[in-house]
Amino acid sequence: MSIDTRAAAPQHRTTPAAPRRGRPARRRRLLGNPVAGFGPLIWLLVVLVPLYTLVSASLMRQDEALNGDPLAIPTDPTFENYRTVLDSGFLTLIGNTALVAVATVAIVLVLSVPVAYVAVRTRSRLSSLAFRTFLLGVAIPAQAVIVPLYLMIGKLGLYDTLWAIILPTAAFAMPVAVLVLSGTMRDVSEEMYEAMALDGASPVRMLWQLAVPLSRAGISTVAIFSALQAWNGFLFPLILTQSEERRVLTLGLFNFMSQFGVNIPAVLAAIVLSVIPIFAVYLVARRALINGLMGVGGK
Amino acid sequence: MPHHTPVARRHGDRKAAVGDVGRPPVAWAVPGILFFAVFAIVPLAIAVYLSFCTWDGLGSPAPTGLDNWSRLFRDSEFGQAAWLSLVLTTISWVFQTPVALLLGVWAAGRQRSRAFLSAIFFIPLLLSTTAIAMLFHALLDPNFGVIRTIGPWLGIDPAVMGSSTGALLVVAFVGGWQFMPFHTLIYQGGARQIPEVLYQAASIDGAGTVRQFFHITLPQLRHTMTTSSVLMIVGSLTYFDTVLIMTKGGPGTDTTILPYLMYRTGFQTYDLGYAAAIATALVVVATGISLLMVRLSGFGSMRSTREGM
Repeated sequence: MSIDTRAAAPQHRTTPAAPRRGRPARRRRLLGNPVAGFGPLIWLLVVLVPLYTLVSASLMRQDEALNGDPLAIPTDPTFENYRTVLDSGFLTLIGNTALVAVATVAIVLVLSVPVAYVAVRTRSRLSSLAFRTFLLGVAIPAQAVIVPLYLMIGKLGLYDTLWAIILPTAAFAMPVAVLVLSGTMRDVSEEMYEAMALDGASPVRMLWQLAVPLSRAGISTVAIFSALQAWNGFLFPLILTQSEERRVLTLGLFNFMSQFGVNIPAVLAAIVLSVIPIFAVYLVARRALINGLMGVGGK
Repeated sequence: MPHHTPVARRHGDRKAAVGDVGRPPVAWAVPGILFFAVFAIVPLAIAVYLSFCTWDGLGSPAPTGLDNWSRLFRDSEFGQAAWLSLVLTTISWVFQTPVALLLGVWAAGRQRSRAFLSAIFFIPLLLSTTAIAMLFHALLDPNFGVIRTIGPWLGIDPAVMGSSTGALLVVAFVGGWQFMPFHTLIYQGGARQIPEVLYQAASIDGAGTVRQFFHITLPQLRHTMTTSSVLMIVGSLTYFDTVLIMTKGGPGTDTTILPYLMYRTGFQTYDLGYAAAIATALVVVATGISLLMVRLSGFGSMRSTREGM
């Protein structure tokens, strides 16, 4: 599987010189510990059984799902459930969600890159204050501000537009974006800036031709991370939009749950369809995402 | 402006010239800061203001002084919700920490299955909370779900969602199922930082795996544990989608935790001033716990893990 090879890559990177030397000792230690061997296998079951049921039951007819063993492999797989979901306006949901995700990523990048750059490159007290504000911003829960946002979005005349989702989602993705970006930008060496400064480069050129190209890893992490936030967000769409034309994927799913009622296979099919785009991104950009998330927690 | 005069200085004091030249004006950060302030910081202040108002969502908020706050302290529903939030947070922490710690330490190793299994373990983090809550809602449906088959093996009553303790445990489990990969990654990152020399020395001294784990790995991961725990606690204090989709706060009000109470008060009964008071209380509790935890385990370490990124 392709997942396997990609996943192995960062590990080799940490020990490029002598991967073999450390290996025998480490392996003996792990094999010697039954907990280390069986724990992950148990968790594998905990993760896989729900996912397996998700996919297999979404391929069953309703009566088969209701009467049969839910763990059995579908005897007569059908895409009927998927058709039902696609016929009930699923593509509108995907379209809206994609728009929200793209706009969110654009706003986050355009606004966060300069903030991170200033935080790393200037020595002003103001910029370190701003940086610390963003650091605190990581801890602000969306629920804390949803009532005032409801008020503000209403006053701005944005209630029930996609902007009502995009703007707060982008704002709440910014703290992590600034942290990740300033982390990668800090790694650009001072000598390179000095060299460019001696060539008479303007700050704009330094950002555009040095800092941005060298922090591509951070930028893609931030892009994926904010896209994921936008794709999976629930609270902002729930409170700040109303009409069916403005509905995004998560809300649509929630709606399917009452619409399809006991047709659980159809609900599961809707879930599978909502995950496919994210999963595709995951397969392509797994490393950027994981490195970024590790960075959030502190290395 | 200092960066207009680099040529004159270039030959004389190179260091000073380079120090000034090419540094971006602070003004570049202003749009980003303003945007963040407008949609995150200012609303936080407005939430505090609204907590002293009464507002039905239609007219203008009308100040009513301390009414909401005195009501909050007498409200038994709020008391129950606050208690349930704390219970849920505790259960989540007790469940997630050991599992994430062990998985993270395991994933930091170099055995061959690690990469493949880690890739699978990561999948729940990609699914939206909505999708996960709906998935488990279906799995735990007593008429349909896997719970019919698997429940009896594991000693779980298929009607687990109908009991108040059961429903709360399920919410904690589902949250853990989703966020485990994130905390595993944090511990994996932490475990990778532990110098191999420590283990080599311990091996030479004849310490076995278990002793190495308790005497090297655990103490070395102390700061990682703080980071992970703070995020876990703030995270589980703000579970919302899971409760809305899986239990609607029930059975009765037995899973009505603070965020759900806030939502119900604000957006179902349109008592938005009181909802703002609940939200403010939520922030105070979450921030308080985080600060306490960080203080107890050393504030500097938290900052340095962040700044060293």
